[in-house]
Amino acid sequence: MPNYRIHKTEYIDETKRVSFKYDGKTYFGYEGDTLASALLANGIHLVGRSFKYHRPRGIVSCGAEEPNAICQIGSKKDLTEPNVRATELELYEGLEASSQNCWPNVKFDIGGINNFISPLIPAGFYYKTFMWPKSFWKKVYEPLIRLSAGLGKSPTEPDPDIYDHKHVHYDVLVIGGGVSGIIAAKMAAKNNLKTLLVDDKKILGGSTIYQNNESIKIDDKLSSEWLKNEIQEIKKLSNLTIKTRTSIAAYHGYNFLLAKENLTDHLPEEKKKNKIRQRLWKIRAKKVVIATGSIERPLVFNNNDRPGILLSNSINKYLDYYGVTCGENIILFTNNDSAYETSISLHKKGIKNIIVDLRKSASSKLIKQAESLGIKIYFNHVVTNTFGYRKINSLEIMKLSEDGNTTIGDKIKLSCDCLGMSGGWTPMVHMHTQSGGKLDFRDEDQVFLPKENSEDKISVGSCNGDFDLENIIDKTVNKINKFLDIDNQDYQDTNIICSKENDKRNIWLLPNKIPLGKTKCFIDFQNDSTAKDIKLALKEGFRSIEHVKRYTTTGMATDQGKLSNMHALGIIADTAGVKMGTLGTTTFRPPFTPLTFGTLVGRNVGKFFEVVRKTSMHEWHVENNAEFENVGQWKRPWYYPKNGENMHDAVQRESKAARDSAGILDASTLGKIDIQGTDASEFLNRVYTNAWSKLAIGKCRYGLMLNEDGMVYDDGVTTRISENHYLMTTTTGGAANVLSKLEDYLQTEWPELDVYLTSVTDHYSTASICGPNSKKILNKLFPNLDLSDENFPHMSFKEEKLENINCRIMRISFTGEQSYEINIESKYGHSLWKMCIEAGKEFNLTPYGTETMHLLRAEKGFIIVGQDTDGTMTPSDLQMDWIVSKKKYDFIGKRSLYRSDTIREDRKQLVGLLTDDPKEILEEGAQIVSDIKTKPIDMLGHVTSSYFSPNLNKSIALAVVRSGKTMKGQKLIIPMENKNINVTVSDTIFLDKENKRLNA
Amino acid sequence: MFLINCPFCGERDQSEFSSGGEAHIVRPKQPTELSDDEWAEYLFMRKNIKGIQFERWNHVHGCRKWFNVVRDTSNDKILSVYKMGEKPPVNYK
Repeated sequence: MPNYRIHKTEYIDETKRVSFKYDGKTYFGYEGDTLASALLANGIHLVGRSFKYHRPRGIVSCGAEEPNAICQIGSKKDLTEPNVRATELELYEGLEASSQNCWPNVKFDIGGINNFISPLIPAGFYYKTFMWPKSFWKKVYEPLIRLSAGLGKSPTEPDPDIYDHKHVHYDVLVIGGGVSGIIAAKMAAKNNLKTLLVDDKKILGGSTIYQNNESIKIDDKLSSEWLKNEIQEIKKLSNLTIKTRTSIAAYHGYNFLLAKENLTDHLPEEKKKNKIRQRLWKIRAKKVVIATGSIERPLVFNNNDRPGILLSNSINKYLDYYGVTCGENIILFTNNDSAYETSISLHKKGIKNIIVDLRKSASSKLIKQAESLGIKIYFNHVVTNTFGYRKINSLEIMKLSEDGNTTIGDKIKLSCDCLGMSGGWTPMVHMHTQSGGKLDFRDEDQVFLPKENSEDKISVGSCNGDFDLENIIDKTVNKINKFLDIDNQDYQDTNIICSKENDKRNIWLLPNKIPLGKTKCFIDFQNDSTAKDIKLALKEGFRSIEHVKRYTTTGMATDQGKLSNMHALGIIADTAGVKMGTLGTTTFRPPFTPLTFGTLVGRNVGKFFEVVRKTSMHEWHVENNAEFENVGQWKRPWYYPKNGENMHDAVQRESKAARDSAGILDASTLGKIDIQGTDASEFLNRVYTNAWSKLAIGKCRYGLMLNEDGMVYDDGVTTRISENHYLMTTTTGGAANVLSKLEDYLQTEWPELDVYLTSVTDHYSTASICGPNSKKILNKLFPNLDLSDENFPHMSFKEEKLENINCRIMRISFTGEQSYEINIESKYGHSLWKMCIEAGKEFNLTPYGTETMHLLRAEKGFIIVGQDTDGTMTPSDLQMDWIVSKKKYDFIGKRSLYRSDTIREDRKQLVGLLTDDPKEILEEGAQIVSDIKTKPIDMLGHVTSSYFSPNLNKSIALAVVRSGKTMKGQKLIIPMENKNINVTVSDTIFLDKENKRLNA
Repeated sequence: MFLINCPFCGERDQSEFSSGGEAHIVRPKQPTELSDDEWAEYLFMRKNIKGIQFERWNHVHGCRKWFNVVRDTSNDKILSVYKMGEKPPVNYK
């Protein structure tokens, strides 16, 4: 096996050998490697196939910008992760990774045929091709496209890993642990500011940490040595927190940032167990220093995507940091000085290399250093083509014309096994723009830079366009002093020696003798879009960068165009003949690098996904086989099936029992608001439609609450407990909103009222017993209570003890039966319920759930707010004019009840419906019409509630119908998929219109 | 995500609050004397300004108090916070 690891570095622990599997084959690397560096050490460049043309692709970079080396980690159904960048994945014992987007394997890939038919699949291919016949889309095109789309495989089973969230507050957050980030963090922390420094790598230091060029020195030391000292120093600072392996995913307004900390991804399987895998940091920082650095640009020339072609600086990092050379015969193709650093590093390690430089000449210190080492430099030359299928083996260069628009002279063919390219540097302005910052364009080196800094955010270092070390350090120190309003002198005497770049020449699309249509000059490696595609989009009329991006999919892959967006913009600007700065950029959206769902969700999985509220009787319901219904956050018994009953049978039995003898309902979930104060009566007068001042102490009253627009909002029974004390009940789902609304009026419109509101929903448990035998059961429970209709009539309230525990008993009814609601402190709820059940045994007291409750109230025509109303129903629409006080001067919503719209006679109004066939049960939500012949069919309304009533032995329904009030007795039609159901409009009250049962 | 300075509790995360729309819309004292148009003006019409806006917020998952906020909707900066019943700061008109 070839070994490309050619020297030892302090970042690779050669005593710790790590074995891993790649595409099923076992390899070895060392602790400290990334998957990418370990593969390169084994001589492997080819790591994937491109998305569209299935061209062989190799590792390009050494960081988050990697477009090609993305792989699938693991193969378990619950523990596999697609699209992991091999350049960021730290190697661990037992790692299993595989390449993506190729079949049967990366070396021989069937999809590679796409490469040869590529003239047939230009930009917008899908849009243009799969247009007709229309019927083909759903059955033929879409399934086929879906089959070939996407990279990697998602896990198919729930993620077993543990994720965590953490909320933190800091004075200063520094993003990025390179030279400028370290300086900024040190200055802030030494000035007593609570500081957090985050970096996505395993160790701090950015690209300076492996710098070993003698001509770049700080205080007479190699810049890397100087920086190591600085890192040692900041580690001692007590108010500085350093988080490595932590990357900022999103920068929101008000300096609220999300960061992902990797905790176990670098550990072997057995050490990952029972540990938190990733933690999402939710950071609030008073001030943010952005020091995210910059990314090297590729160059755009024919066949610039072969395995073995990398970014020049990445070659340098693999060599000096990982001890791995990317080749033995390397060519560096550049338009700037930084490739010379790589060249000199390679030369030092004895790796043969030559430089092809776009520039006519260059004269900085670095260039002179390279020249003096005898490194061959081709100035004013350009790479025009490369060769080699699975790896580059040679290339052609040509001379550039004076204006740089064409190539001249003869082709020179050079052999190589690796090509490094450097098209300059792109400042990473993601964080700045995510936070709302704007950008400026600097023509001189064609970069977008942060336009402004604010008092709570600043960009420093190369992400701010400061490139050489002297510039970076001086400017960072000055800016941080100002930004934090401090006077730090630590770096005043720092002596920096570095090379200064003097010469620049940028050409976005490099010239070539071959017509563009026959070249493959890749811009976006991952999505396979080329310069040709961009030009085609422009030719077809696309102008906006946002449109060109979507049409060609440039920058839309998992790397989000970190390497490609600038070139796309540059080529658009050149082609359209406009200045690049005027084009703007596409939007930089979070996350910076992909996040797992697990990290975002954190601990809120399984039973922690949502809050569940249970009544104190819940255990009894579970023991007695209840099926539950979610009402808001509450779990409410829905029905109690017995002996294998289905829902219909159970509900029929429960409903019949409640009317024939006795039923019991857990009503604890109803919202309860305690209202106290000298103005409590006046307050109720203003919030309900009916009058409250004359309600006697110990009496209950039903109330309807409206919105200011006159529409029904909530309803419930309120009891006057004493002179200035009421207990209001609300619907289960509306409790919190009603309280908020009432608070709103109290605090903002009527602050003069002496009223206090307290939610007591959870304080009381409620058992509601109804039916002709309910009085007998109550008598057994409360033998000393006079239950006579004279002493304790319908709509009244008593307090009585149950084994020394105080109970509030309301005689109120939602079923039309004689009914008592017993309220007790919640901790006694379960006991109360069991005592009720025990006392009711001889009367067949039947527990019933929400479904039976709904049926029973529908028989009586009682509405459910939210089921029979939908925010567009006035009391009059519900035929409830009786509850609206004519005498009261004002209440919430009163004025709206006689707006021109609310007094329309053709509003939808609540009616009863009886099916002609009494066995036919309507579907809730079904549309109601009167004429099915005239098209389009005129919709009159819809069914809101529908049941089969066992007590009436027929189907009943409530519905809202246009002008329904005037339609009693009229025939209507409910058209269903396979039949038309004939119905007759009826009264809304189906049972006991005279209310005889209330006092039976 | 805003950081809102509740006048009763201090700075809290936006997730603790709910927004109540435009501030200083006073409920008419005598609604019955208003025409449909006048009532609709109170009921429905809101400014939705790009720029400095006076709005109501409720610390619904905190002290449950309503209060007023001056916010520049163009950059989401909260410029001032004051209690219900207090006069709006004049320098933002």
